[in-house]
Amino acid sequence: MKFSLSWLMTHLDTDASLEQIIKVLNAIGLEVESVEDRRLSLAPFRIARVIEAVPHPNADRLRVCLVNTGDAQASVVCGAPNARGGMVGVFAPPGTFIPGDRRMLKMGEIRGVPSAGMLVSARELGISEDHSEIIDLPPDAPVGASYAAWAKLDDPLIEISVTPNRGDALSVRGVARDLAAAGLGILRAWSTPSVVTSGPSRIIWNNEYPEACPWILGRTVSGVRNGESPAWLKQRLTSVGLRPVNALVDITNFFTIDLGRPFHVFDVNKLSGRTLTVRRGRLETFRGLHGKDIIAGLDDCVIADSVAVHSLAGIIGGEASGCDDTTSDVFIECALFDRTRIALTGQLVGVHSDARARFERGVDPSLLPAALDAATAMIQEICGGMASQVTAAGTEPTWQRTATLRFVRLADLGGAVISSDRSAEILNKLGFVTVEQNADHIIIAVPPWRNDVAVVRSDYRFDPELYDRPVETGILDPAPELDERTRRIAAEGAAAVAAEVDLIEEVLRIDGLDAIPPVSLPDRPAVPRATLTPRQIRTVRARRLLASKGLTECVTFSFLDHTTAARFGTAPESLSIRNPIANDLDQMRNTPLATIALAVARNVARGLADVALFEIGPGFSNPEPHGQALIAAGIRAGATPLSWISPSRPVDLWDAKSDAMALLASLGIPIESIKVTTDAPAHYHPGHSGILRLGPKIVLGQFGALHPTTRNALDLPASTVAFEVFLDAIAERRPRKRTPLRLAQFQPLRRDFAFILDETIPAETVIQAAKTAGRELISHVAIFDRYAGPPLPAGKISLAIAVVVQPVESTLGEDDISHFSKKLIEAVCDATGATLRS
Amino acid sequence: MQSELDPMESAALAEIAASADLRELDTLRVTLLGKAGTVTMALKSLGTLKPEARRERGAAINALRDRVALAIAARRNVLETDILKARLATERVDVSLPARPAPQGLIHPISRTLEELTALFGAMGFVVHDGPDIENDWYNFGALNIPAHHPARAMMDTFYLKPSGHARPMVLRTHTSPLQIRTMLKENPPIRIIVPGRTYRSDHDATHSPMFHQCEGLVIDRAITLGHLKGCLMDFLRAYFERPNLRTRFRASYFPFTEPSIEIDIAWNRRTGEIGEGSDWLEILGAGMVHPNVLANCGIDPREFQGFAFGMGVERITMLKHGIPDLRAFYEGDIRWLTHYGSSALTPVALHEGSPR
Repeated sequence: MKFSLSWLMTHLDTDASLEQIIKVLNAIGLEVESVEDRRLSLAPFRIARVIEAVPHPNADRLRVCLVNTGDAQASVVCGAPNARGGMVGVFAPPGTFIPGDRRMLKMGEIRGVPSAGMLVSARELGISEDHSEIIDLPPDAPVGASYAAWAKLDDPLIEISVTPNRGDALSVRGVARDLAAAGLGILRAWSTPSVVTSGPSRIIWNNEYPEACPWILGRTVSGVRNGESPAWLKQRLTSVGLRPVNALVDITNFFTIDLGRPFHVFDVNKLSGRTLTVRRGRLETFRGLHGKDIIAGLDDCVIADSVAVHSLAGIIGGEASGCDDTTSDVFIECALFDRTRIALTGQLVGVHSDARARFERGVDPSLLPAALDAATAMIQEICGGMASQVTAAGTEPTWQRTATLRFVRLADLGGAVISSDRSAEILNKLGFVTVEQNADHIIIAVPPWRNDVAVVRSDYRFDPELYDRPVETGILDPAPELDERTRRIAAEGAAAVAAEVDLIEEVLRIDGLDAIPPVSLPDRPAVPRATLTPRQIRTVRARRLLASKGLTECVTFSFLDHTTAARFGTAPESLSIRNPIANDLDQMRNTPLATIALAVARNVARGLADVALFEIGPGFSNPEPHGQALIAAGIRAGATPLSWISPSRPVDLWDAKSDAMALLASLGIPIESIKVTTDAPAHYHPGHSGILRLGPKIVLGQFGALHPTTRNALDLPASTVAFEVFLDAIAERRPRKRTPLRLAQFQPLRRDFAFILDETIPAETVIQAAKTAGRELISHVAIFDRYAGPPLPAGKISLAIAVVVQPVESTLGEDDISHFSKKLIEAVCDATGATLRS
Repeated sequence: MQSELDPMESAALAEIAASADLRELDTLRVTLLGKAGTVTMALKSLGTLKPEARRERGAAINALRDRVALAIAARRNVLETDILKARLATERVDVSLPARPAPQGLIHPISRTLEELTALFGAMGFVVHDGPDIENDWYNFGALNIPAHHPARAMMDTFYLKPSGHARPMVLRTHTSPLQIRTMLKENPPIRIIVPGRTYRSDHDATHSPMFHQCEGLVIDRAITLGHLKGCLMDFLRAYFERPNLRTRFRASYFPFTEPSIEIDIAWNRRTGEIGEGSDWLEILGAGMVHPNVLANCGIDPREFQGFAFGMGVERITMLKHGIPDLRAFYEGDIRWLTHYGSSALTPVALHEGSPR
């Protein structure tokens, strides 16, 4: 909300400086968004009279003006078409900083004629975009005086952001009240002018929707002359960025800002019939004052005459019955609308108006009669006219309620050291009226404008029993899984303390949260327990391992375009975003691989082709919590680094497999138990990819070269390999003691074997078969050569394995060794149909 | 007799010393100590002597033989060393050539900050909780005292998923606060958790990203006060920014799920970006005492338990600490950015090591 300092002063009697006011606003919860103080920047600009303007000797378009600046004369060269003798303008002497141009004005010479200053345009002052002419003031403007002061541009403008709970602070008076409570002066008295009325209102209310509108008042003012508002009113509105329209409209806008009290004015002669009805919408369309059509929904509250809808109640009025210069009879609406209703309708139609902002946060339910009189009086003062009696529907709701603050809670909840008398003083200054006070507690009556304190309903009615039936009030929204007893006790607890917490907040915010002494959290044990769960530790370790393998971590969005997502698996409708911020961010990713592939593509597009990236993050298969998997995905693209020692080579699937296996090993998976199957999903090259499995059910991950189609679609290099490891698939391992180590006393020995076999036989099968020759003896089996080609027939390969044997009980004799070798060869040949290569 | 052996020894030793290479030395060894060598022959000739003389002369010849053998070994050592030296002299390489490449990856600054948050709050007895990014609107709003019509709900710029038969609308969580609810429903107080995680709001410009990270905190116990909130967060901020005297400002604010609600600023210098100095203030986190309605929604009696919650933007504190100017670059995956701002995998956060970058 914006207001000027002078407007604030109409409600606050203070000698506080602007700086003090800003500091206090920030501290008490009315955060200052911006301050615009033109007093300094506009100080050098003075009102001046042009004594004479003669043509420039060397330029047709320029004039040389002799200017009376009040205490001196200056000769300036001016190019403005309206520069003329006798006019009154605004003068800047040399050395002035020109805000609109962001430059310092120098003593100058233009086409051979000296120019000692400048007559300025509104744009050069930085107060508007108008640069066609220099400022042309009325002839009676005081020469020599400060232009800013004369034009009331020296009024600092403050913009605060008002939190959704503080409807009362969406008014200059509300802000003034808070500042007074915080010790910055005294809130000025506000009194209602008396209005002389004659006769009943020509328009009367009929309320058919009291749930949405508990109380509504109105009155006709006949014989008004509408037109331009007086200068002071236009000045008030312009200062806060509102465009003056006409006096009747300007007056309603004034009260919206001044008191937080929205009104609506109808042109009586544009209405049909004598009754305005508050009712539900009937899907009618009407044109709003903002120039757009609005459809009034069945739950929306509208104000209609006998023919048409004229207002979306509390949100925006209709164009058809708006007041303009021809308006001679006006009907003023002053209403109380249910906050929830306004909020829901406002969200639905998407209209953001000053009225809606106030009604949905809550207005003062007691102020209606006085505010209506105040508006009437101002209309009569500016536009004349005869006021009718008030027409009303509904009655003032029982908003009156009390709340109790136990002083000890200020310390027990707030940690604050604050006396009971000071607490009472703060509450009183904020408008809370003491009902009872003793050493232990204070009971106060809540003022009607504080719709955020001790409130349980949005229609301004207070029913002390409501908190006793919390489930029905809608204030609480308890977890469905709670049992009845827990739910009831907790609800009773909330009812018992909620209003008190409201009051604690009031006292603390006014006296300053900075004053509360900080206390470190109590230790519970001095050496803390583990901060991370085993699953979280896996993530941290995976991150370190992959980074140490040469991959760089990135963090990419959890959403991407649907088309790319579909290339990396299923992209169901249930994971598509209803209101994406951009079309290429409309689908939750199924795997982080998809979004890091896009990141790699971006790097490649920038000429950085050799990259290795990884991300550990969520991949989604459905919107349920269990549909979110934690996946470590990595990509290597391009080639290994250039080196004189070993030539750079394109990355291949073995790099990806190495990354995945190293990751699994670091997470405690027994590598030798992992089986590879060739059924990796379709984003991988079908012949250059595998799934890493543990036992028949667990899929630990997958790796391989990216499928050429996927690769090409994303503009990735020909050599792009990837892996995904499913961190949730890794079972939690109970910490186990290691078995005692027995170091064998005998030397290990190595025997090599070469087999010829079908190329379709997985190497894994050969290794597993070899190991069956003596699990207790074999410490390691390594494949050290794989050959295909002549003299081997097509479809056959030669596979050479080195078997390291570690004797445990005794040294092996030649017989033992040849027996072992025979057994191993048999095992491999039986399992794979291989023959020993001779 | 002695004199008879002396010339033989000095001749042998001179020849050994003069031998030019290993082959010559070996020939000499055979000539002297071989089966038909002079020294061996001299020993063989002992048989003709009387036992008395044989012992004496035998001992002398044996001693001579040992000395010769020793001299040969010493000469061999010298010759071998010379050979090695000569060979090594030819084996010189340009050691200024680069070694075998061993590319090292780096850890993203967000992960780094999350590790720091974990370490610092861990030292204060917090544990880390995590939860789903997709929540129904009860966890994200309703349970947190933000009813459907609440203006705060509209303010949050929520992403919704397309309807898919769920009873409640599914949203991308707009904050990490749903984990307050999940935790309080699952665990009994005392509770001391932080929840770092991904959060989403439909807002995209220089200072807003549709996805960002928050770190939630929740402390629930019997006698936790706003003083503890202040103490805990000041302890954290001073440690994180490594400014033991960091100035902070606590401002009243409003969040539906806390009361009283607070926004916390730290001092900084707008011109230099220096943290903890200067007369400007920078909003760094939101916090407050957990609202009684939120406790009640989770079945906790607010007469018995109370506590505080906070939420801070992970990117924001990362940018401040490391002087990173642009938010959007965090998610680009530009390898140049990652290399510049990333941190080593081998220097994990360890409080006993201070705060290596």
